[in-house]
Amino acid sequence: MKITTDWLKDHLDTDFNENQIIDKLTDVGLEVESVEKQSGELDSFVVAKIIKAEKHPNADRLRVCDVDIGSGNLIKVVCGAPNAKDGLITIYAPPGAIVPKNQTKLVVSKIRGVTSYGMLCSESELNISDESDGITELPLDKFENKIGKSYFPKNNSNVIDISITPNRADCLGIRGIARDLAAAGSGTLKNLKVNKLLQEEKQTVNVKIEDEEEQACTVFGSCLITGVKNTESPEWLKEKIISIGQKPISAIVDITNYVMFDLNRPLHAYDVGKIDKGIVVRNSKKNETFKALDNKDYKLEDGMCVISDASGVLGLGGIIGGTRSGTELDTKNVLIESAYFSPRSIRKSSKILNIDTDAKFRFERGIDPLSIEQGLEKAAGLIKEICGGKISQFDVQKIKDYKKESLKFDPSLFEKVTGIKIENSEIEKILNKLGFEVKEIEKSFELKIPTWRPDIFQSIDVVEELVRIKGYDKIKLIEPKKIREKPTLNKKQRLFHFLQRAVASKGYLEAITWSFTDSRINQLFIENNKEIKIVNPISSDLDVLRSSIFSNLIIHLNKNLDRGFKDLSIFEIGPAFFGEKPGDQQTVIGGLKSGKFSRQNWLEKERLVDVYDVKSDVVQSLMEAGYDKDKLYFDTETPNYYHPGKSGRVFLNRGKEKVVAFFGDIHPSILKKIDIKVEALVGFEIFLDNIKQPKKSLKDQKTNFKFSDFQKSERDFAFILDKGFPVQELIEVISNVDKNLIKSVKVFDVYEGNNIPENKKSIALNVTIQSSEKTLSEDDLNKINQSIISTVESKIDAKIRS
Amino acid sequence: MSDIKKIKDEYLAKLNEQLDLNLINQIKTDLFGKNGLISNQFKQLGKIPEEERKKFASDLNIIKDELQNLIAFKIEEIEKKEINQKLEKEKIDITLPERPVPQGKIHPVSQVIDEISSIFSEIGFSIEEGPDVENEYNNFTALNTPDNHPARDMHDTFYLDEKKELLLRTHTSPVQIRTMLNDKPPFKIIAPGRTYRSDSDQTHAPMFHQVEGLHIDKNINMGHLKGCLNYFIKEFFEVDKIKMRFRPSHFPFTEPSAEVDIGYEVKNGKIIIGEGDKWLEVLGCGMVHPNVLKNVNVNPDEFQGYAFGIGIDRLAMLKYGINDLRAFFDCDYRWLSQFGFDPIDVPSSYRGLSR
Repeated sequence: MKITTDWLKDHLDTDFNENQIIDKLTDVGLEVESVEKQSGELDSFVVAKIIKAEKHPNADRLRVCDVDIGSGNLIKVVCGAPNAKDGLITIYAPPGAIVPKNQTKLVVSKIRGVTSYGMLCSESELNISDESDGITELPLDKFENKIGKSYFPKNNSNVIDISITPNRADCLGIRGIARDLAAAGSGTLKNLKVNKLLQEEKQTVNVKIEDEEEQACTVFGSCLITGVKNTESPEWLKEKIISIGQKPISAIVDITNYVMFDLNRPLHAYDVGKIDKGIVVRNSKKNETFKALDNKDYKLEDGMCVISDASGVLGLGGIIGGTRSGTELDTKNVLIESAYFSPRSIRKSSKILNIDTDAKFRFERGIDPLSIEQGLEKAAGLIKEICGGKISQFDVQKIKDYKKESLKFDPSLFEKVTGIKIENSEIEKILNKLGFEVKEIEKSFELKIPTWRPDIFQSIDVVEELVRIKGYDKIKLIEPKKIREKPTLNKKQRLFHFLQRAVASKGYLEAITWSFTDSRINQLFIENNKEIKIVNPISSDLDVLRSSIFSNLIIHLNKNLDRGFKDLSIFEIGPAFFGEKPGDQQTVIGGLKSGKFSRQNWLEKERLVDVYDVKSDVVQSLMEAGYDKDKLYFDTETPNYYHPGKSGRVFLNRGKEKVVAFFGDIHPSILKKIDIKVEALVGFEIFLDNIKQPKKSLKDQKTNFKFSDFQKSERDFAFILDKGFPVQELIEVISNVDKNLIKSVKVFDVYEGNNIPENKKSIALNVTIQSSEKTLSEDDLNKINQSIISTVESKIDAKIRS
Repeated sequence: MSDIKKIKDEYLAKLNEQLDLNLINQIKTDLFGKNGLISNQFKQLGKIPEEERKKFASDLNIIKDELQNLIAFKIEEIEKKEINQKLEKEKIDITLPERPVPQGKIHPVSQVIDEISSIFSEIGFSIEEGPDVENEYNNFTALNTPDNHPARDMHDTFYLDEKKELLLRTHTSPVQIRTMLNDKPPFKIIAPGRTYRSDSDQTHAPMFHQVEGLHIDKNINMGHLKGCLNYFIKEFFEVDKIKMRFRPSHFPFTEPSAEVDIGYEVKNGKIIIGEGDKWLEVLGCGMVHPNVLKNVNVNPDEFQGYAFGIGIDRLAMLKYGINDLRAFFDCDYRWLSQFGFDPIDVPSSYRGLSR
């Protein structure tokens, strides 16, 4: 909502200067978004006449114009507008001027070899309309004698742009803003001038509100003014309209707009000559059409509130009028409409049709239903004053009566909510100034709520009014107490915290990517999950919720490869979605690692990253998060986006309850589909929701410190077994031979090739044997050796390598 | 006596020549071996007349010590020299680069979430979470934002179905609803998380992060709200004093509502928080609307309190001098390396939030 202090002072008697007013506006909750200078900057934009427009010698689309700017000499301006022609009166901006639309400062410049001094402006460049095809064309008769004069009226008032919150419908009119300021002590609200209108004749255009179900129009007031001469608005009115960034059109249209901005009372003017018989306000029928004042054709749905006549739809009530009945300069008889439309209905229809107008914006927030006559009076008076004519009596059709709502208010609520005291006299004063009728009955108040405040209907709303006018700075700060009664994080949140930092500490950079992704990439990682489409995606390549962290991560890994990086480790911890219902998501850590280790390193031999790197990252991270590494169990069933022979699945133990992680090489066909050029790409996923919380906390898991000082011995073994046989099983068999004596089993060599039968492999292990009771004799050790060999050979298809 | 004096002089001279370890050991054997010159002198002791014996023994012992000490010293000297020569040969260029260690990083948003959690933990808030996909009721209706209300225009919402019943939460406020429906008052929680709006330009991303705060108890009023937020902002920016301004505003789910600005100034192109006369909007807050409490079966006559919502990404930008919001989610390796935090850098109240 744009205002100027000049206009504000039509309603507010105040000694406050502009800065004080701006501060006060913010203090009462009318947030000032910007204050733009109006004077000065626009003064240099003058009315000018193109004397001669010739084709630019070096450019077909440009013209070189000799322009009369009233200074005696002609100025040369290069102009690209197709409508630049001899004799055109337009608006000229000299070098140094700042173009309102893009805020660029004009300079003298050579354009294709011809020096241009300033610019001829389009309406859109001046922010006076959206018209950007060509330069402004001003009517010859009106402006011929104004050449050299400033186009914009001189105005010393700044434009203050206020962001009005959706609850403050009343502040979409300047009077409402003045009322708030007055209540907050920044002046006194002036009384509205009452014009005694001479209204002898009846309003003769028949108006009927169809009493249908869901009729959005409940009141339709109208006034007929006959014998008018529509004209250009007088200077004062044009200045007002321009001062808040609007474009003057004609007196009648400018007057309706003026009343809307002044009193927050939207009106509509009809050319009575164009109305076919009377006006009927009714619900639309599907597929009815009309051409609106924005020059677009609209096809309506059932049940939209339309103003119609015998020939069809004239306009959408409270949203936009139609071209068929619009007023023009030759309009003789005008019908002014001042109506009330239900906010919900306005909002619904305008959403379906995608129309946004000043009237719609106001009606959907709630217009004062008791301002019908006030609007008619003000508009009719002005029309008579400017355009002449005879004013009829007001005709008000209604299907509902409105009156001020009552509310009982207990003043103790104020202190309860705000923590500060307020005197009853102050309550009364503030509310009175805001337009409430206040009656103190015993210890509470009987309030009558002003009808322009549709946002107020319960006690808390009144508290808000009081505290915002009194000032939020009066609220006393209470220091918080440093007491913690509940743990900050639950176990799952702690796991998140540990794993996030554990994974990062393995050399991965944490990324945060959108929760949505490209369906084509997501498809590669979706497995059996459902695709979850976004109905209104921000772009077609962000059209689904991600089924896996990998989809976005791989896209971004690829982008980093394009940036010239090769050896990348990135991870993300966040949601992956398996359904479209709330909660159909799980928390996953996805990590990707590409390229080589020790690339071009003088110390270490470089090598490609491989599956054992990510296995180590997963195992180590789980361990750091508090899980026993030796209990982890692995198998090879993995999703299709992993290399089937180089990937694994992790369980917390042999019991195979839930998969806690996958790791492996990314499937080569995925790399091909995404067209990602990488020497090696491995990845892992850890599923936090599948990680069972141990019953005992880590501190309770610690057993007594036991150790053995007896001598320990190491023995090496090599077994030949099937190539496909998992070494995990071999280690477990050996460990189980004697859990007390066998302290550790290490794999130190894996060999295939010479001396080993085809489809077999040789696994060399180092076993540490130690008793906690005695030093083992050679005999004891031999027994264990034998036992290991015989157990392995009997339990699994393996032979000791001799 | 002259014998031993001769031995002494002779061997002292010998020992002061350039010798290697072998020669010294030879001398040692010559003197102190089984039949060494000094050893033999000791064997002779018994034959010396009693009156001379004491003096002779004493002299012999002195000479023995002198020679032995010198030998030990010489041996040590040579060993030291040999070790030094060996070490000299082993010398390498320690200015060559060390073994590379991969350096992981925590995203600034995650770090800031941990900072925020640490601060609120001190004053007794615990962490709650909610799903990213929400139903229309939790995101809007229960929060006193009915259908066809213009306040919904403030949220450009992503929908998952044509009926607009399922959506990506536009704010973290639905966690208030879930928390209060699942439990009984009092409530004292914060809820950080992802939020979504179908809005994308230089300063808006379609996904961003918010932290919701909720404190409901008997007699929690706007003074507590002010105190809590003042404490938070001060702690977060790690400054002693903060300039703060509460401005009336409107959110359907709080009343009275406020937006909070903090004072700042720009010095050498950097934003300094807490000084200066410029204002920066950092969060929205207010007293939870009685309608919201009724919707979650909390009696508004008995319980009341405040709620707030803070943009996490924006706080991170302010604190760590990051200019571009979009870069948070661009995954640029260079950016993540520069703005990321070491994983061992866990914010805590006793160590300090940031380094």
